[in-house]
Amino acid sequence: METFLLKDIDNPNSTNINFYINNQGGYQSLQKALSMAPADVIDMARKANLRGRGGVGFSAGMKWYFCSLNKEVSPKYLIANADEGEPGTFKDRAILEKRPHLLIEGMIIAGYSFGAEYGYIYLRGEYPKAKEILNKAIKEAYSKGYLGDNILGKGIRFHITVHQGAGAYICGEASTLLESLEGRRGHPRIPYYRLANVGAWGKPTIVNNIETLSNMPLIIKIGPEEYTKIGPSNSPGPKLYSISGHVNKPGLYELSMGTTLQELIYTHAGGIKGNKKLKAVIPGGISTAVLPPDKIDCAMDFDSMKKAGSWLGTGAVIVMDETTCMVRVLWRELKFYEHESCGKCVPCREGSGWLRNIVERIENGEGRGDDIELIPDIIDNIRDKTFCPLADGIVTSVESTLSHFKNEFEDHIKNKECRVVNA
Amino acid sequence: MFTETAIKELEETKTRYPDSKAALLPALYIAQKEFGWLGTEAYEVISTTLGIPKATVRGVGTFYSMFKHKPMGRNLIRICTNVSCMLLGSEKVVNFLRHKYGLEDGFTTPDNRFSLVIMECIGACAMGPAMLVNDDLYGNLTEKTIEEIFSQYR
Repeated sequence: METFLLKDIDNPNSTNINFYINNQGGYQSLQKALSMAPADVIDMARKANLRGRGGVGFSAGMKWYFCSLNKEVSPKYLIANADEGEPGTFKDRAILEKRPHLLIEGMIIAGYSFGAEYGYIYLRGEYPKAKEILNKAIKEAYSKGYLGDNILGKGIRFHITVHQGAGAYICGEASTLLESLEGRRGHPRIPYYRLANVGAWGKPTIVNNIETLSNMPLIIKIGPEEYTKIGPSNSPGPKLYSISGHVNKPGLYELSMGTTLQELIYTHAGGIKGNKKLKAVIPGGISTAVLPPDKIDCAMDFDSMKKAGSWLGTGAVIVMDETTCMVRVLWRELKFYEHESCGKCVPCREGSGWLRNIVERIENGEGRGDDIELIPDIIDNIRDKTFCPLADGIVTSVESTLSHFKNEFEDHIKNKECRVVNA
Repeated sequence: MFTETAIKELEETKTRYPDSKAALLPALYIAQKEFGWLGTEAYEVISTTLGIPKATVRGVGTFYSMFKHKPMGRNLIRICTNVSCMLLGSEKVVNFLRHKYGLEDGFTTPDNRFSLVIMECIGACAMGPAMLVNDDLYGNLTEKTIEEIFSQYR
């Protein structure tokens, strides 16, 4: 398949605006979009069925439409969510570091569609190089007249600022991100208002994933009809898959939406290292449900993954071979949640620590007889009792691991040690 | 006190937000660059400059894991131990750092050359185990490559 999002990323000039314009037809989609009515741009996104690549898969066009209804309110804000913190995910990094102009073009088009005048790229602190690259690219875009108070002489205003986060997973959640952007601790807001109506500084705000925004120039260029031919029509488009763990060729792959896990692992990523047997796959970052080997023939798109009992998430596939101890993996996940829980909601803050504690003692061979029954009880006290979806990640990780690999937990408790060889 | 360059940078940053309080995170970064870490002095300067109570500044500063709350060595090692890196042996790497360099999470070597912080995912999962030394990213770490990499940082 011809790549679009990762086009020419190995070319050392890929971040340069002249290369983007002259060699890749860059900013032509922007010119085309600006010649259309804003509502028609939204229409194109809706017809193309562009779904949010951050994990939820909500229609980007619908979001923009809701926001565009706030006609009297100004300014509106567009936030590009580059707080890529979901463990296993490194897809947006490639766009940020290698194709900054694709993102900038996508942002201007999206901003134009619902009338945003200011854009912020909320960049995770762990990507210091991306900050330099983005700032340089933004400067270039200003000098060519693609950003500013009068874009291409059409009287349209759009400004972009890079806002650097400082190492908090929770800030990838939209309302928390806005808290952080406004200069506060990363605590989620009560989901009382739609952010499209009351968001950053109380104004209508849209938060989109980097990959979502970067799809916009393609949609404008080839039109929704051609776009929906890439992958399944209910969640179409090119998709970035980050594959890590026990595979021969880990890395980032741009394929069409709906590629099967089987094909991803065995064809593109070269199969399991050392010809070992597959034990488990996390398909979309650690907060999505882990799948056993007999489920990997499912297609990686929003709806098929849901049917398979998991989520597409960010498309971050973590592959685990037969030498992996699933108790240890779950322990590591819980340690992550415990560290990243912001502390606002008690069930998440306390529950993550309790669960980590229990799984830790099971892994260390000190598990108690009723520990496995205790876990669902704690889970019930977390589920649906928090402001934001971080706690859903805890519930999903624990429940899916226990449902597919309960025998490993029982073995640990019975034998009073971890007998799985851990690489 | 902030240097003139820092004040200029902060003033410029403030103009990018509708409310200057939003410049708090950038200000914390600037202060960290100025003072090397965030302590009482840094918090006081930010509080006065942005007109935000000192307790709020400290509250925000301590929330985020990339801010340093004590003096650290000349080179900061941030190593990832999350699932992908763990599967590929990050625990071995952490043990090696402990035995060879005496580094524990949050500790600094007596010669002030290195500090270690154990991180959550740094988005380098395809090249695990991975670490950041200051702003430079290194992956596929082994005992041998670590020694080679460290020799470049004095």
